[in-house]
Amino acid sequence: MTKKRTGVFVCHCGTNIAATVDVAKVAREMSGEDTVAFTKEYVYMCSEPGQESVVQAIKDNKLDSIVVTCCSPNLHEKTFRDNAKRAGINNFTCEIANIREQCSWVHSDKAKGTEKAIKISRSVVRRVNRNQSLDTIAVSVTRRAMVIGGGVAGIQAALDIANAGVEVVLVEKQATIGGRMLQLSETFPTLDCSQCVLSPKMVEVKRHPKVKLMTYSEVQEVTGSVGNFRVKILKKPTFVDPDKCKLCDDCTAVCPVVVPNEYEINLTTRRAIYIPYAQSIPASYTLDESTCLGLNPVVCGKCKDVCEAEAINYDMRPETVTEDVGAIVVATGFDLYDQANMQELGGGKIEDVLDGLQFERLCSASGATQGHILRPSDHKEPKNVVFIQCVGSRDPAKHCAYCSKICCMYTAKHAQLYKHHVPDGRAYVFYIDIRSGGKGYEEFVQRTMEDNDTLYLRGRVSKLYRHDGKVRVLGTDTLSGQNVEIDADMVVLALAMVPSKGTTEIAKVLKIGRDKDGFLAEAHPKLRPVESVTGGIYLAGAAQAPKDIPETVAQAGAAAAKVIALLSQATLSRSPLIAKVRRSHCTGCGMCVDACPFIAIRLENGKAVVNEALCEGCGSCAATCLRAAIDVKNVTQLQIYEMIEACLTV
Amino acid sequence: MSEQQVYEPRIVAFLCKWCSSAGSDLAGVSRIQYPPNATPITVPCTGAISPMYIMSAFNKGADGVLVSGCHIGDCHYIEGNFLARRKMKLIMELIEFIGVEPNRFRMSWVSAAEGAKFAQVITDFVDDLKPLGPQDKLKKAELT
Ligand SMILES: Cc1cc2nc3c(=O)[nH]c(=O)nc-3n(C[C@H](O)[C@H](O)[C@H](O)COP(=O)(O)OP(=O)(O)OC[C@H]3O[C@@H](n4cnc5c(N)ncnc54)[C@H](O)[C@@H]3O)c2cc1C
Ligand code: SF4
Ligand code: SF4
Repeated sequence: MTKKRTGVFVCHCGTNIAATVDVAKVAREMSGEDTVAFTKEYVYMCSEPGQESVVQAIKDNKLDSIVVTCCSPNLHEKTFRDNAKRAGINNFTCEIANIREQCSWVHSDKAKGTEKAIKISRSVVRRVNRNQSLDTIAVSVTRRAMVIGGGVAGIQAALDIANAGVEVVLVEKQATIGGRMLQLSETFPTLDCSQCVLSPKMVEVKRHPKVKLMTYSEVQEVTGSVGNFRVKILKKPTFVDPDKCKLCDDCTAVCPVVVPNEYEINLTTRRAIYIPYAQSIPASYTLDESTCLGLNPVVCGKCKDVCEAEAINYDMRPETVTEDVGAIVVATGFDLYDQANMQELGGGKIEDVLDGLQFERLCSASGATQGHILRPSDHKEPKNVVFIQCVGSRDPAKHCAYCSKICCMYTAKHAQLYKHHVPDGRAYVFYIDIRSGGKGYEEFVQRTMEDNDTLYLRGRVSKLYRHDGKVRVLGTDTLSGQNVEIDADMVVLALAMVPSKGTTEIAKVLKIGRDKDGFLAEAHPKLRPVESVTGGIYLAGAAQAPKDIPETVAQAGAAAAKVIALLSQATLSRSPLIAKVRRSHCTGCGMCVDACPFIAIRLENGKAVVNEALCEGCGSCAATCLRAAIDVKNVTQLQIYEMIEACLTV
Repeated sequence: MSEQQVYEPRIVAFLCKWCSSAGSDLAGVSRIQYPPNATPITVPCTGAISPMYIMSAFNKGADGVLVSGCHIGDCHYIEGNFLARRKMKLIMELIEFIGVEPNRFRMSWVSAAEGAKFAQVITDFVDDLKPLGPQDKLKKAELT
């Protein structure tokens, strides 16, 4: 091996690094390394002049490898590898030493910070010394996409992708698409009818020739990687043929089973055979196997007997469908924080204390009460209603630490809707403060207060309990400093938005991260807000963080644009940092074959052979081989040993 | 305690790229301060960490070695951290058998969202190592 000529470029990052790391000293120390032929420090290495100077230095000094000591490789590894390429050397001979996130930002003692920065930089210089020149591996791309979750986010993303001519599979776990938006009555800040906005989109996505809609289906397994995923989907049986079902409703009239209707958030009941909403897509009934008496003509069979269209088929079975796609958008939405957690507010056990979505259903013309606001206990019109904001939000000690962002707005909307339905009623809102950032939002809240005569009380509610046929609300008004006691006919809680049930599982299946609150994690909070950390998987809607419809739709469009950009490439390049066998050392023991999670190694004529298309470069094989016969390129054992030594040299 | 008595342990921290290294980045972005004693080496996966790396670090004079990866079940490479956990269990038994304090080796699970936890893991490790003083059981006499 001829001796390397490495260049080391030390970035100040303004004062982000230079304030707590002696950058000149780092550069000086690196110039003492045997293989380092050039060093330079500069205030912003990633700026245009900074990058130019890297390219120039490579050319002028005939460098064959570079180390940039700067921020995390997640930010600028690509930038500087591209520069290496521009300067005519192989991009895989460039490595980043992270002395910002892992050093200058977390240590304030400059002497010690500098010492650590030197160790980090030196270890990377030693690593680069043994880096090989590598070429990325070209892989073909499957020009199809999948969207998981059929709320407004998923519908929008699917339509945008399909309209670009790319086939999309839209997978929804419930019996209808539409998500939460289909449960809303009117929407802020314009008070337009939610279903009127959404239904046409639902129909469009159902009819679109490029969209394959799979409802009542769940993603079970995802293998492969960016450009080429293979997804296994479980299609649950609905026992009703959607092509034959005439929506006559004869079956529900005879079905003897009555259970709470989850689509109406338990305000009403449904039968074992049911349709979620009049606007459901697909427009067909669904037989819920878990509550049906037995799917068996001997036990019941009433629905099948009465169905003239012969749409009901008790012999339908679950089906597993495999779809190959190049990219995936995850739009699995949100749930409300469980009221059972709010013990001081009755834990969900007090009659006439509703959550926001239940109130939406009361207002909705197609809801439980045909659009009349009636309280559940006695079906009377409530003459005074207390709305409580921030229930479960902004409470790091007991509940969710974050702000759910949309509750101020929908509570204002609820107060307005209530006043429109019950003009002589009284609406009270308990709030901590009002967050109404957004186009037309502040004006909307003002309208609620002024034109709709809603009494806003600043303070928390400490207790709710049933008293004399009403709900007694004990709270404080912190502006007047007085305790407030209201006997309300109805109370509506603006519960925190939390990731939808099953988010943990789907994140595991997709191998994408979640943030500290359980929402799906974006790759970078500012620069990559719609990408997950896993290549080819994108995020949209409330699954990523609480957000309203306009923001959800915008993010869905952005995710779709990313998918289209990815799938418009003829080939994708795959990292060449994959395993390689040293045949001379391999004894064919097969330990690596067993260790590989991707089944990428096989034995051939007594030697291990790596399948380059399957190897992900995880290194499990290298850590298992007793003879050091298998290594991941550019992360070899020899390199790690030398890095360890550098970390311990002062 | 006088100043000489406060020993500053030298730690090598093996971090997996997808979780713990990203977690350490988050600690940085959130400016959560922790002691500078641990020098990180980022590897693709904890499953890629050969037990020999850990012994090598002790040989070269490390007072403590940390291996930190994704939470069990969250491994980017499906099961790398399971493999790691099995291997690291053996390492713990081995170093104890040799007579090195078992506390000198530590394994933690830190996700990309757990910046504060990363800082805490390092802080705790340093605190636990300080009273142990230098590790010389496995350190080679001469090292160049
Ligand atoms: C009470 C209330 C009132 C609101 N009022 C307004 C308003 O007036 N104006 C406004 O702009 N916003 C309002 N919102 C916010 C609005 O509901 C959300 O912004 C919007 O629903 C987010 O859409 P989404 O598609 O991201 O999620 P969702 O609507 O939750 O849809 C997610 C979909 O994914 C499906 N899914 C989940 N997991 C899986 C899985 N594993 N596989 C397959 N499918 C899955 C779900 O079944 C669901 O259909 C309100 C919210 C609440 C709670
Ligand atoms: S390379 Fe990284 S550390 Fe340097 S200026 Fe750019 S962002 Fe800052
Ligand atoms: S067979 Fe099942 S769904 Fe049909 S009527 Fe009987 S209980 Fe209802």
